[in-house]
Amino acid sequence: MATEPITGADIVIKALVDQGVEVIFGYPGGAVLPLYDALFKQNQIRHILVRHEQAAVHAAEGYARSTGKVGVVLVTSGPGATNAVTGLTDALMDSVPVVCLTGQVPTHLIGNDAFQEADTTGITRPVTKHNYLVKSINDLSRVIHEAFHVARSGRPGPVVVDLPKDIQQAKYEYVNHANQRHRSYNPQMKPDRALIERAVELMANAERPLFYIGGGVVNSGVAASQLLTEFVRLTGFPCTQTLMGLGAFPASDPLSLGMVGMHGMYESNHAMHDCDLMIAIGSRFDDRVTGKLAAFSPGSKKIHVDIDPSSINKNIHVDLAIVGDVGHVVEDMLRVWKARQVKPNGKALAAWWDQINTWRARDCLRYRPSKEVIKPQYALQRLYDAVKNRDFYITTEVGQHQMWAAQFIKFEKPYHWLTSGGLGTMGYGLPAAIGVQVAHPEALVIDVAGEASIMMNIQEMSTAAQYRTPVKVFILNNRWMGMVRQWQELLHGGRYSESYSDALPDFVKLAEAFGWTGLRATKPVEMDDIIKKMIETPGPVIVDVAVDEKENCFPMIPSGSAHNEMLLGPEDQKASPVSEEGMVLV
Amino acid sequence: MQQQQIERHTISVMVDNEAGVLARVIGLFSGRGYNIESLTVAEVDAQRHFSRITIVTSGTPMIIEQIKNQLRRLVPVHRVTDLTIEAPSLERELVLVKVKGAGEKRVESLRIADIFRARVVDSTIESFVFEMTGSTEKLNAFINLMQPLGLIEVSRTGVVAISRGPEAI
Ligand SMILES: Cc1ncc(C[n+]2csc(CCOP(=O)(O)OP(=O)(O)O)c2C)c(N)n1
Ligand SMILES: [Mg+2]
Repeated sequence: MATEPITGADIVIKALVDQGVEVIFGYPGGAVLPLYDALFKQNQIRHILVRHEQAAVHAAEGYARSTGKVGVVLVTSGPGATNAVTGLTDALMDSVPVVCLTGQVPTHLIGNDAFQEADTTGITRPVTKHNYLVKSINDLSRVIHEAFHVARSGRPGPVVVDLPKDIQQAKYEYVNHANQRHRSYNPQMKPDRALIERAVELMANAERPLFYIGGGVVNSGVAASQLLTEFVRLTGFPCTQTLMGLGAFPASDPLSLGMVGMHGMYESNHAMHDCDLMIAIGSRFDDRVTGKLAAFSPGSKKIHVDIDPSSINKNIHVDLAIVGDVGHVVEDMLRVWKARQVKPNGKALAAWWDQINTWRARDCLRYRPSKEVIKPQYALQRLYDAVKNRDFYITTEVGQHQMWAAQFIKFEKPYHWLTSGGLGTMGYGLPAAIGVQVAHPEALVIDVAGEASIMMNIQEMSTAAQYRTPVKVFILNNRWMGMVRQWQELLHGGRYSESYSDALPDFVKLAEAFGWTGLRATKPVEMDDIIKKMIETPGPVIVDVAVDEKENCFPMIPSGSAHNEMLLGPEDQKASPVSEEGMVLV
Repeated sequence: MQQQQIERHTISVMVDNEAGVLARVIGLFSGRGYNIESLTVAEVDAQRHFSRITIVTSGTPMIIEQIKNQLRRLVPVHRVTDLTIEAPSLERELVLVKVKGAGEKRVESLRIADIFRARVVDSTIESFVFEMTGSTEKLNAFINLMQPLGLIEVSRTGVVAISRGPEAI
């Protein structure tokens, strides 16, 4: 419905409101002043001022991944847009729905190397799901609505809308294009029924089946997770999760084998190697999961369910490909399974579980406890124990602490675990935690951090202080870029080139400088008290936990190795040096 | 997986004729390390703003499948058709060949052009420009024959292709 002409900036705000946007993460500048003016004159959308545009995108990711909604970012042209690129790439790799509005120089200056001009659509083309440069005010309302549709539907991802300043100031009628069908973009949601029948057939006859579920289940929504949980329980099959899929199936369920992959569980990886039917749902056979491709699950038939056809048969050839939304697919599988009254092969399944239980008995997360130094694993066990009965969210940075968090903190439902999986972006955790906290003001939001990673977006402490978001930063401070050090130990003869975290700030004083509370733990006996204090202290808190500097993260599939060649601890590490083939892998 | 053969495929991509669409397609190929043997693009439906991109590429069957799925994932892409497997199809290319020379070589170049049904579209006392359409192989053969006869410049369009028979893709 056409209305009175209004400015482009007002059209943008109206479209955002019609899309249900409640909060924007952003940073102003010359090319977005009209948009900031329009924001100033309204009160439906809240703006969170970050301290760096990369953090705006991570915060929007945190918001999106903990709610299932689209995260919205607003940054200026040139440096504002280029600073956002890492965040956009992160959102692309982890399929997080984000709409990023970037200012641009006025249309008549585009291509002139104008002040703060950057070819934003050119730069962001490979790191977004889609992007737009709006060159005519006529297109504006359609493009904004379309951007949301593209970001949230199908396999979600980041979408950039580049908005020249003159477009923000021009006048035109606003038209609500929400729910308009797209000319060419139309992802397949419903699966082919015949394929579902065949999948159920394969499952009914499997002797050593395994569910391998990933972030796609989380993206499909809470209902999809619930359906999948119901289905897995109906089958009685074991279920392993990827790093991004943690929480999509309850960790406490006896059918859950925990995480798979490089630092995944011994039982998960062995089950993956030995299964005769793999049911991959919303997972993408990423190299962190598969290990050595040639030795990947050699004896299994594989079913792959994904909404993105390009994820299928990319790394691993599968026997049955089902394109569709996880929720729809699992709903259909459930129906067919029930209608056919499938009885899985009970005897074979019992033998399979016996085998799995012998792997479980290896107790792969075991570590050597200490009364003198805080083991990082111990710190996380105590943390988990303190939070498990609360409404808690965990974000992480990247490194050993991230893998330990994935191993030691258990998630019962989706949307509560946020980590940078695909891109592995140090600096993700703090801004993501702020985004989560903005969406869930009452929840306990904890960034499990490393002392090196936290420095990458440390300026966001100021954002948290300004908006009184009571995020907790739990630093496992090992004074090393631990994951780098571990690889140097394993692969480069212990030559620790530039991986020592020198000249660290005093994190307690730093906390005070930003108006936070700072706490420190140096001995195992202090852990419980410090964690309690952290939880009870209102407002944002940093906890500097001095952990064992030399601890390595196990279990581990060394790069270039197969799933059944896991190292369980430092003893194994010495016994089997990494192959030359493994050396070139990252 | 290892023993997969490299195959050559001609893929037709119908896209919205909008800014940046060609960059998306080319960026996809370079970013993911796929081959492009030739790529042609032109608007084919002015009213609906459709352009047709014809790409000749090569790779293992798994890579070819990836390429098509990645192309389908681009938002302004309407339809991706693998003309090599989905339909019997025709491929044509146009070439302009400039040959410089005199005497016997000049006469010979004209004779060969005649055999190939190439047309002379420009001539001076010491040069011809031939125009020829045909399959890639035929063009290659023509160019090879012209090489010793004074060929000094070649310009080719790359492949365009269409399915045979009464159906549209
Ligand atoms: C932006 C970025 N730069 C570099 C890396 C490579 N990298 C991966 S882990 C790591 C060390 C992280 O150290 P820290 O945050 O202290 O975590 P720890 O491994 O010690 O737990 C580095 C440098 C990265 N993942 N991201
Ligand atoms: Mg560290």
